[in-house]
Amino acid sequence: MIKFIAKRLGSGLVVLFVVSALTFTLLYTSSGSIARNILGDQATPEQVAFKEQELGLDQPLVTRYFAWLGDALSGNLGASWFTSEPVASSLATRIPVTMTMVFTAMILIAICAALIGVAAAVKRGWVDRVVQVGAIVGDSIPGYVIGVLLVTILAIQLGFFPATSTISPEVGPEAWVYSMTLPVIALLINGVTGGAQQIRSAVIKQLERDYVRTLRSRGIGEREILFKHVLRSAAPAGLTVLSLQLIGMLGGVVIIEQIFALPGMGPLAVTATGQSDLPVVMGVVMYTVVVVIVVNLLVDILNGWLNPKVRVS
Amino acid sequence: MSDSVETAAVAAPVPTGQSGTVVRSTVMRRLIRNPMGIASLVILGSIALLAIFAPVLAPFEENFANITKTLAPADSVNILGTDSAGRDTWSRLLFGAQLTLLSAMLCAGVAIAIGLPAGLIAGYYAGKFEAVSNWVVSILMSLPGLIVLLTIRAAFGPSVWISMIAFGVLISPSYFRLTRTAVQSVRNELYVDAARVSGLSDWSIIARHIFSVIRAPIIIQTAAIAGVAIAIQSGLEFLGLGDPTKATWGVMLSEGFKNVYLTPTLLFWPALAMALTIGGLVLLGNAIRDALEDGEKIRHRKKRATLEGTTAAPAAGRPSRKAVAAVDAGTEHHLVKVTNLGVGYPQADGSVKKVVDDVSFHVDRGEILGIVGESGSGKSQTAFSILGLLPDNARIVGGAIQFDGSYTVAPGEERVNQDRLSKLRGKRISYIPQEPMSNLDPAFTIGYQLVTPMVRVLGISKEEARKRALKLLTDVGIVNPERTFSAYPHEVSGGMAQRVLIAGAISCEPDLVIADEPTTALDVTVQADVLDLLRELQQRLNIGIILVTHNFGVVADLCDRVAVMQNGRLVEEGSVRDILRNPKEQYTQTLLASMLEGKTPMSMLVSSQKEPVA
Repeated sequence: MIKFIAKRLGSGLVVLFVVSALTFTLLYTSSGSIARNILGDQATPEQVAFKEQELGLDQPLVTRYFAWLGDALSGNLGASWFTSEPVASSLATRIPVTMTMVFTAMILIAICAALIGVAAAVKRGWVDRVVQVGAIVGDSIPGYVIGVLLVTILAIQLGFFPATSTISPEVGPEAWVYSMTLPVIALLINGVTGGAQQIRSAVIKQLERDYVRTLRSRGIGEREILFKHVLRSAAPAGLTVLSLQLIGMLGGVVIIEQIFALPGMGPLAVTATGQSDLPVVMGVVMYTVVVVIVVNLLVDILNGWLNPKVRVS
Repeated sequence: MSDSVETAAVAAPVPTGQSGTVVRSTVMRRLIRNPMGIASLVILGSIALLAIFAPVLAPFEENFANITKTLAPADSVNILGTDSAGRDTWSRLLFGAQLTLLSAMLCAGVAIAIGLPAGLIAGYYAGKFEAVSNWVVSILMSLPGLIVLLTIRAAFGPSVWISMIAFGVLISPSYFRLTRTAVQSVRNELYVDAARVSGLSDWSIIARHIFSVIRAPIIIQTAAIAGVAIAIQSGLEFLGLGDPTKATWGVMLSEGFKNVYLTPTLLFWPALAMALTIGGLVLLGNAIRDALEDGEKIRHRKKRATLEGTTAAPAAGRPSRKAVAAVDAGTEHHLVKVTNLGVGYPQADGSVKKVVDDVSFHVDRGEILGIVGESGSGKSQTAFSILGLLPDNARIVGGAIQFDGSYTVAPGEERVNQDRLSKLRGKRISYIPQEPMSNLDPAFTIGYQLVTPMVRVLGISKEEARKRALKLLTDVGIVNPERTFSAYPHEVSGGMAQRVLIAGAISCEPDLVIADEPTTALDVTVQADVLDLLRELQQRLNIGIILVTHNFGVVADLCDRVAVMQNGRLVEEGSVRDILRNPKEQYTQTLLASMLEGKTPMSMLVSSQKEPVA
C-alpha cells in the first residue's frame, strides 16, 4: 500500500513538472514582446531593453525555466508584472476563499448526488424519472448561466440574498453563510444532477451483479446487501465521478466568483489573463495542477483501500 | 463546470458486430419516432438554419450601434430591443449563433482529428504508442478546461478559433478512449481474425469492421462535446476574454448582466439561446443512445420469440382453472411441489411473454431431481421462482409453489411472496450458482462471506460460525481451510471458489439445494470432483437437490429423477433410468442424441489426406 502511494505520488510530481515546463514554454514563447506590452507603445527601445533585462527575458528559455523552478521550489513564484505583488502571497490570500466554496459545494454534491442516485437506483419509479430529466436539464444549462439567473431572480428581483458576496468570515457566520449560499448553489446544481445520474448507473450495475443474487439466496437482508456490499462496490465509480466534477469545478468557480465579485482565484486569474501577466498566470496554473494531483492521489488511495486486490499487494 | 463528457462516452453502448448501414437506417427511423429525438432535431435544425441565413435574416450588422436608442424595449424595428450601445439584440443573437455553431464544430473536428486516429492506432497495434498516449491522456484529463483556455488566452490573445482548437486538443482524449476501447473489443473478434486470415489489409479491416462499430458512439460523443465547447467558449466570452469585435452569446450574457438592474431581458435571450442549443445537443445524444439500446433489446426479443413460436399457440389454450384444482387436490406431502407454474415478463405493448408455462414437478428429501433443457428453455427461471429470486419485472402468471406444505406462491398470486420466502431462503432453501467467480463479492474475504449468513440465519456467534466455516471448507475438500478462509475471491481458483459456494449453500443445513449448472463453468476434472461432492453431501445430510443442467451426462451421473424442459414447458418427467433408456418424446431423443458421450470417435481429418512421410 505504501509502495502504491509512493508510486502515485511520484507520477503526480512528474505530471507537475511536465505541465509546468509546457505552460512556461507556451506562455513565454508566444506572447510577442512582453516588455513592450507592459511599458506600452510610447516606450523607447532602450527602455524596452532595460525592462527585458530587469525581468530576465534576455536569458535563454531553458535558463529562465530552471530559475523559475528553483524559486518555485523554495516557495517564490515571482511577482506580478503589473502590481509587483508577490504571486505566492496573492495566491495565499485568495486560495482559502475559493477552496472554501469548492469544498462546501463538493461535500454537498457528494451527499445529495449519492442520496438521490442511490434512491433512484433502488426505488426506480418517479424518483428515477426525476433524476433522468434533471440530468438532461442540468447538462443543458452551464453553471455560470444558472449563477446569473440566480442573482437576477433571487437577489436583484426578490432581494432574498445579497447580489455580491465580498463579506469575509469575520463578519459573523450567519451573514457569511447567507452571502455564500447563491454562489455555492450555482456551483453545485450541475454536479448534483450529473452526479446523481452517474451514481444511479453505477449502483444499478452493481445490483445486477451475480453475487447480489447469491447473497440474497443466503438469507442476507436487502438493507445489508445494499449498504455493505453494493454501495461499497459502487464507491470507486462514484469517487471517480466526484473527482472529475471537482476538477471541472476549479474552472467553473472562476466564472462564479466573477459573477458574485468574490475575492478568490477567479478575479486574479481573469485579470492576469487579460493583461498577459505571465508570472500570475503561471501561479494560477500551478495551484490548479497541485489541487488536481492531490485530489487524484486521494481518490487513488481511497480506491486502493476499497479494492482488496490493491490493498493486499 | 461540465467536464463530464468522459462519462457520456462510457455510458454509450458499443454495438459490437453489427453491419453498418442496416443499423443506421433503423436507428434513424427509431430516432425520428422518439419525441425526444425529433424535438432535438427540430431545435438544432432551426438554430442551424437561423445561423446559416443570419446575414439575410438579421436586420442590422452585428456591431451596428444606434447610440440614440440604448437599452430600448422591443418594438417593430428592434424586435428584441437593444443593448447598452444601441445594438440590435435579435441581429446579434443570429450572428452569435453562427459563431457559436462554427466554433463548436471546429472544436469537435479538432478533437476527432486527433482522438480518432490515435485511438485506432493505440487500440489496434497497442504496444509503446498506447502506453505513451495513455500517459498523455491522463495529463490532459487532469487539467480543468477553463484554466487551460485562460492560459492559451494569455499566450495567444483573444481568438475564438485558437481557443476552440486548444479545447479540441484538450478534449480529444474522450474520442481517444472511446475509439481505443471499441477497437480493442473488436480486434480479437473472430470475424476480424477471419478478415485478417483472408488477406485483408489492416486499413480495410479498420474501415470495414471498426468504423461501423464506433460510428454511433462517436456521434453521441460529438453531441456532448459540442455542448461543452459552447458552454466553455461562452464562459470565456462572458468573462470578457473573448474577441471584442465579435457578437457572441457569452458577450451578450455579460452585457445583459452588467445592465441587470435596468433591463434584465437582455440577459434572458442569450441564456435561452444557450440552453436551447446545448439542451438540443444533450437530447440528441440521449435519443441516439436510446435508439441504439432499443435496437439491442428488440433483437434479443426477436430471437426469443422465434424460439417460442413453435409451442406458444397450443400452450395458450390450456385452461388455467385446472391449475387451481390440481393444487387443491394435492394432498400428498412433498418437500417442494410446483404445480402448473407459469412465469412471464410484461412487454412494452401490454402483452406478457411467457418463459415458463404449465410446469409441474415435485422433489422429496434425499432426492436429486435434474431439470434438463437447452438455454432459453425456462429451466433457470423455474429454479429462481422456487428461490424467489426472479428479476423485478417477472410475474407469476399461473400455478403455485409449495415448500414443505406451505405456499411460497399461492394460486392466483402475481409475485413470489418475499415475506414467506425470506424466512426460508438461506435457512431451508439454498442456492449454488453457475459461475463461481462472479458469485462471490470481490471486496470481502471468503471467510466473511461464509460467516455472515450463519450469524444472520442461525443466530450463532461469530466465533462459532468461524469454526463451522472452517469445518465446512474441510468438508468440501479444501486442503488448507485456514488460508482459503482469509483469502479474497481473486486469490483462489474457479474450482476452489465453486467449493466455497457449495460450502456456503450447505452452511445453514438446508432441506433443499437448488444448483444452477454448478459444473458448467469448471474444468472437466474439477467437474467430476464437484459432482462427487454434491452426491456425498446429499447422502450424508439427506437433503433434496434440484439440479439445473443442459448436460445429460451430469443427470445420468447424479440424479434420481429428471424433468426435460423445452420452450418453457415440461416435455417429459420420470426416473432417470426410464428416460435415458426409453425417451418417449422426440425432443428428449434429440437431446440425448446430441450428447458426445458413447459415440464412436470421428475419423481424424488428416487421415483423408496423403499419408505423412515417415
